[in-house]
Amino acid sequence: MKLVEHFQYGLNSPICLTWELTYACNLACVHCLSSSGRRDPRELSTAEAKSVIDELQRMQVFYVNIGGGEPTVRSDFWELLDYAVTHDVGVKFSTNGIKLDEARAAQLAATDYVDVQISLDGATAEVNDHVRGPGSYATAIRALENLAEAGFARPKISVVMTRQNVDQLDEFSAIADRFGAQLRITRLRPSGRGADVWDELHPTAAQQRQLYDWLVAHGENVLTGDSFFHLSAYGEALPGLNLCGAGRVVCLIDPVGDVYACPFAIHENFLAGNVRSPGGFEQVWRGSELFAELRQPQTGGACRSCGFYDSCQGGCMAAKFFTGLPLDGPDPECVRGFGEQALAARDGSTAIPRSDVDHSRSAPRVGRGPVPLTLTTRPDRACDESPLASLQVPVAGS
Amino acid sequence: MAPTSESQAPAEEPVVEETLVEEVSIDGMCGVY
Amino acid sequence: MTAEAPVFDPARPHRCSPRVAVRPEPFGALVYHFGTRRLSFLKTPQLVEVVSGLERHPDVHSALDAAGLDAAQRPAYLRALAGLAANGTIEERP
Repeated sequence: MKLVEHFQYGLNSPICLTWELTYACNLACVHCLSSSGRRDPRELSTAEAKSVIDELQRMQVFYVNIGGGEPTVRSDFWELLDYAVTHDVGVKFSTNGIKLDEARAAQLAATDYVDVQISLDGATAEVNDHVRGPGSYATAIRALENLAEAGFARPKISVVMTRQNVDQLDEFSAIADRFGAQLRITRLRPSGRGADVWDELHPTAAQQRQLYDWLVAHGENVLTGDSFFHLSAYGEALPGLNLCGAGRVVCLIDPVGDVYACPFAIHENFLAGNVRSPGGFEQVWRGSELFAELRQPQTGGACRSCGFYDSCQGGCMAAKFFTGLPLDGPDPECVRGFGEQALAARDGSTAIPRSDVDHSRSAPRVGRGPVPLTLTTRPDRACDESPLASLQVPVAGS
Repeated sequence: MAPTSESQAPAEEPVVEETLVEEVSIDGMCGVY
Repeated sequence: MTAEAPVFDPARPHRCSPRVAVRPEPFGALVYHFGTRRLSFLKTPQLVEVVSGLERHPDVHSALDAAGLDAAQRPAYLRALAGLAANGTIEERP
C-alpha cells in the first residue's frame, strides 16, 4: 500500500505541525496568512507553552515549525526555543529577521536541533518591500548575513510565489547561494489578509507553468513544503507527499491555543479544539470530530471524472474555501482551467468566507466583498482603560 | 521518497513495488509554514 | 563528516541508532533521526518488530527469525534493513 493510503486511518500524532506563538508582529505584510499585527491578550503564557511542549514530547512530535506573527517578539521566545530543543522537539522557526543580530545568530549557531527560516518575497527591495513593507528586505538580508557570519549551517529562505516575483526565481537561488542558505518557495493562498490581495497577486496560469517547469529543471535542492502538489497534474509529480496534510499529518496551534486543521485555514469551520481544554492537544488531535472527518478517504466529488485527480487530489482545501469554491470541486488554480471556470461562475449570491480571527493593526483593505462595518480590531494593550483606545473605523473606498 | 525494498513479481506484468520503508521529507507535507 | 558507509552485514550484531526515535503507528512506525532530520516510515508491524528488537539479538538473521518471517519475505526485509543501515537508522553494535 502506498504510504498515503495508510494515512487515511490517521496517525497517533502529527508528523510535524505549525505553532504560531504570537499574533504580534513588527511588520504588516499585505498577504499575511494569519492576519497578524496585534498581540492577543489571551496568548498562551510561558508556562502554558511549556506544557504544550511537554505534550508534544510525550506524543513524540519530533519537529515543529514555529511562527506567528513574528515569534521572536515574544520576550520568552529564546526560553521556549531552548525548552523545546532540550525536550526532544526540534524547531524550525520562521522569522522576518528583526531580532537576529550578531549575538543571537551566534547563539543559534551554537544550538542543536534548531533551524531558521527567513521570509523574503522579493529578490530586490523594490519587489519585496511592496508586499512586506519598507525596510523589510534590508532586515532579512542583515539576518542572513549575521547567520552566515556566525557559521549557522544552511538557514532557509522562504518565498511566497506571487505574480510579481515569479520572474526572480534564478535571483532567489543566487541569494540563497550567496548566504549558504537553502531556497524554499511556497504557494500564495487566499488566507488571512491574502484574501484581499489574491486576485492581483496570485500567479497567472502561464506563470504557474513557468514555476512548475523551473522546479522540474532547477528545483533539486529547492524546498516547497509540498505546497505545489496541485501542479502535479502538469506531469511528473514534485517531491513530497502530494496531498493536503490538514488534520491528517499536520495541523496548527495558534497563539491562544486554538487548534486548526492547517495555518492556511484559520476559520471556525476548521477549528478542531483548544489545547487548554481537558485532554489538551492530544485529545484534540486524536478525538476531534473535524479531524475524524478530514481523515475520511476522499472521493473526488466533482473532480472524480477528471483523469488527473489522482495526481492533484483536488488541490488545496484552504484555496477553495477562501475563494468561495466548493471543497469537493476544483482548486481555483487547477492547471486544467476548471478552477478559473468555477471562479467565473461565482455570482452575487456566492458567499466568500472571511475569518473573524483578525489581528491586523489597520483595517483590512477593501477586497471583493462589502466594507466590514463591525469592529475587528482589539485594543493595543489589555491594560488600556478604554477598549476603544485604538479604534480604527474602516474607510470605504480606501 | 526512496523505495528501499522491492519484491519480484514472477508474472509478465510490470513489477509492483511493495516498499517496506518509505522516506518522507520533513519539508514534504503541505500545511506547514 | 560523511565517511564511507560500511557494507551492511546481517551476520553482525546491530541496533537502532541512539539518535533515532521510533514512534509506533497503526500500520507500522514513524522513524525520526534527530541528527539527519530524516523521516522514514516502516510500513509493516513485522519490520517494526525487527528494527526495535535488533539490539537483543546476536545478528540480524535471528531478529528476522524472532519476527516470524518466512523464507520468501526475508530478501525484501534484508534489502529494507540495508537501506536503513545506509541512512543511519540502524548501525552495528560496538
